[in-house]
Amino acid sequence: MIPMTPTDAGHAVDAVAPTALDHILWGVFPYVVLAVLVGGLVWRYRYDKFGWTTRSSQLYESRLLRIASPMFHFGLLVVIIGHVAGLLIPKSWTEAMGVTEDMYHFMALSLGTVAGVCTLGGIVLLIWRRRTNGPVFSATTVNDKVMYLVLVMAILAGLATTLLSAGADLTGGHGHDYRETVSVWFRSIWILRPDVAAMAASTFAFKLHVMVGLTLFMLFPFTRLVHAFSAPVQYPFRPYVVYRTRDQHPNRSERVVRRGWEG
Amino acid sequence: MATPSASGRRIGKVMAQVAMVMNLDKCIGCHTCSVTCKQAWTNRSGMEYVWFNNVETRPGQGYPRRYEDQEKWEGGWVRTPGGKLKLKAGGRLKKLATIFANPKMPAIQDYYEPWTYDYENLIKAPLSDDMPVARPRSLISGEPMNVTWSANWDDDLGGGEELGRQDPIVQKLGEQVRFSFEETFMFYLPRICEHCLNPSCVASCPSGAMYKRAEDGIVLVDQDKCRGWRMCVTGCPYKKVYFNHKTGKAEKCTLCYPRIEVGMPTVCSETCVGRLRYLGVILYDVDRVGEAATVEDEHDLYPAQLDVFLDPNDPEVQEAARRDGIPDRWIDSAKRSPVYALAKKYKVALPLHPEYRTMPMVWYIPPLSPVVDTLTKTGHDGEDAGNLFGAIDALRIPVEYLAELFTAGDTAPVDSVLRKLAAMRSYMRRINLGEERDESLAEAVGMSGTDIEDMYRLLAIAKYDERYVIPTAYGVDDADRGVIEEIGCSLDFEGGPGMGGMGGPVPFGEASGRPDAASVETFHALKTRQTSDGRSDLKGRVNLLNWDGNGKPDGLFPPSDNGAAPDEKEKP
Ligand code: HEM
Ligand code: SF4
Ligand code: SF4
Repeated sequence: MIPMTPTDAGHAVDAVAPTALDHILWGVFPYVVLAVLVGGLVWRYRYDKFGWTTRSSQLYESRLLRIASPMFHFGLLVVIIGHVAGLLIPKSWTEAMGVTEDMYHFMALSLGTVAGVCTLGGIVLLIWRRRTNGPVFSATTVNDKVMYLVLVMAILAGLATTLLSAGADLTGGHGHDYRETVSVWFRSIWILRPDVAAMAASTFAFKLHVMVGLTLFMLFPFTRLVHAFSAPVQYPFRPYVVYRTRDQHPNRSERVVRRGWEG
Repeated sequence: MATPSASGRRIGKVMAQVAMVMNLDKCIGCHTCSVTCKQAWTNRSGMEYVWFNNVETRPGQGYPRRYEDQEKWEGGWVRTPGGKLKLKAGGRLKKLATIFANPKMPAIQDYYEPWTYDYENLIKAPLSDDMPVARPRSLISGEPMNVTWSANWDDDLGGGEELGRQDPIVQKLGEQVRFSFEETFMFYLPRICEHCLNPSCVASCPSGAMYKRAEDGIVLVDQDKCRGWRMCVTGCPYKKVYFNHKTGKAEKCTLCYPRIEVGMPTVCSETCVGRLRYLGVILYDVDRVGEAATVEDEHDLYPAQLDVFLDPNDPEVQEAARRDGIPDRWIDSAKRSPVYALAKKYKVALPLHPEYRTMPMVWYIPPLSPVVDTLTKTGHDGEDAGNLFGAIDALRIPVEYLAELFTAGDTAPVDSVLRKLAAMRSYMRRINLGEERDESLAEAVGMSGTDIEDMYRLLAIAKYDERYVIPTAYGVDDADRGVIEEIGCSLDFEGGPGMGGMGGPVPFGEASGRPDAASVETFHALKTRQTSDGRSDLKGRVNLLNWDGNGKPDGLFPPSDNGAAPDEKEKP
């Protein structure tokens, strides 16, 4: 692994100039993903609200699901929080708060490993359940299989980056500091000035993880993963019993209804 | 806002509910209601195991198996020591924390694994010495399976002692309940969704996809908003929300709202062989529901719920109803409501399991038959008031069993209902025999002779129009103006199948011609058919669903060689 020399500008020094491929992967692709993700969600919401569901398989099998699903989801929640912290909060901020590099590293790696292993263990159990339980297996679509493949790859690649860093730490070296490369690139996407060089300077493991992750985001709107975007966060704030009046004009944005007496 | 009523109490917000009463004495356990309901609503894949209407034999386990064991399933509400209502399966935060795997969800085995038969084998099997058989195959996994349970496996006390002992109420009452033929009793309990006033299914839905309709109280699942969190299945103590395992969405009895909206009874009521179902409007004070559902003593839940119902003949109630936007024809309808009469006026209908605190709105007239049967079995006169009253007192087991079903274990109301039914039997027998009316029989149960005769009329000979008093959602004028059509069919998008095309205009065939407002047509056709004695005339195009098998309506068969094509006159 090439040791990086971080600059205080929060910008990685380019080891090599980014190639054309780098520009496509880290300069163009993220926007394609974003467009597909947002466009896909809008499309799905408009045309397939009926298909927007977890497609729960608990009716078929409960015993394994009750271990696997919470293990996976809770692990994943921690992983997501870790990603948000690592990608969005600039290193200079945490340092300003007095969190030293070593403290941060230790936290991220230990918590990240535990959460990552939970997530992986959870999904392995879920997939095993899916494969071995007849009813669950026959309710599995090709769409599901593709989704699982990409999801597992994303988790594996992510866990690999964490373990590589941890391994480097334990052997006394320093792992690749993604907060100098990937995070910088990630934040730069949102201000529409993708810092391709920063991402290009990252390691292969990170590049792979990011690629698979981006692909996963493209799949979100079109697979059962879409359920994550309807997490019922409003539930605690609404009255228990919901009353609704009969729709006088049911959702008819898509259709023009002719009256019975019209030809 | 609130106006005081005749009783001096202030009337809060008035709401209307289409409610049902079933007279259990008349149920012959034929399952016609279940089958017609299934044919109408749930004969789709993913819904094989779903019975919006099921008929269970009691004593018996019910459907799904032992659903009444709330210590296990944790459905409905509980009252906290502080006098608040809480979902038994846990509050909102617990629901969210356990959303990834619902800890209290019945598995398919608690319902039953639906199956079909391998009919193909009957014709495709190679020649052999043995007769080919059609083996059962699971509709869930597709594998061959052994059928070991179904929606009414313990029908007619099948399985006797062994299965009957598993009935949660029998377990509560203990060894006293006997299953030997001479000592047992039995009746049928048809069940649909209760369309509760305080629905715990709605409260359990994290997405807010379930709702109670403000106009008629029907509880529905918005299929576009349901996200498959499957918490409602746990929330309903009657286990009347089902999970469609193909679509991943919850579905439940809709009280046939497309029919109710145009003034027609539900399919289960319409087809009931015993004609034992009644539909009518109840006006109630929604501001009092919470209070009534939280009364401390479970025995008070039944009277408390009765108290929430408002008297539609009270001018102040009428005024308050108008104030809250209830149409006059709904108020008129509420005055004639058979449900109000049976539940509140005669007080012979009781709620199912009020102790779940959901304020159910499908009520039951408990059966007198276990009492009458015992009398006749032992050679006594089952229509003699003295015998009947004595037997009601003596036969504690059926009465206690009924009380566990209908009044949270309080035998007094059940006793009182059975006495009224007994008094009616004896009173009417005297009339049938040409004897003098015996007013004392009526007085003995706190009624008048006229009341008894009115009640008898309602229970025994009420015609279609008296059993089903349902105001339309629109008013008939509106229906004629095609407003119903506006509510429309989901296939009615531009160019869709319901608009005369599969993505484009179709010049011939089934979908050609001017689109008729199908619901208006159906409404009028069924109305004539049900209210006339002769053959019904189906004008215009043939809707096979409406065709009652009589006659040969135009357009049913292709044109004969000499005749003109019936389609001709339909061309626009
Ligand atoms: C807070 C948001 C989320 C909630 C509330 C949630 C909830 C659920 C629920 C209720 C199920 C159905 C389990 C069952 O009964 O079969 C499920 C399944 C699943 N969820 Fe989530 N989920 C969330 C976020 C996510 C995310 C972000 C992912 C992945 C990126 C994910 C991946 C999955 C997968 C793969 C399954 C299928 C499990 C299986 O049956 O094999 N979920 N989720
Ligand atoms: S009976 Fe019907 S309305 Fe009542 S809780 Fe169950 S599903 Fe909901
Ligand atoms: S159709 Fe009527 S009589 Fe037959 S089982 Fe149903 S409720 Fe009972």
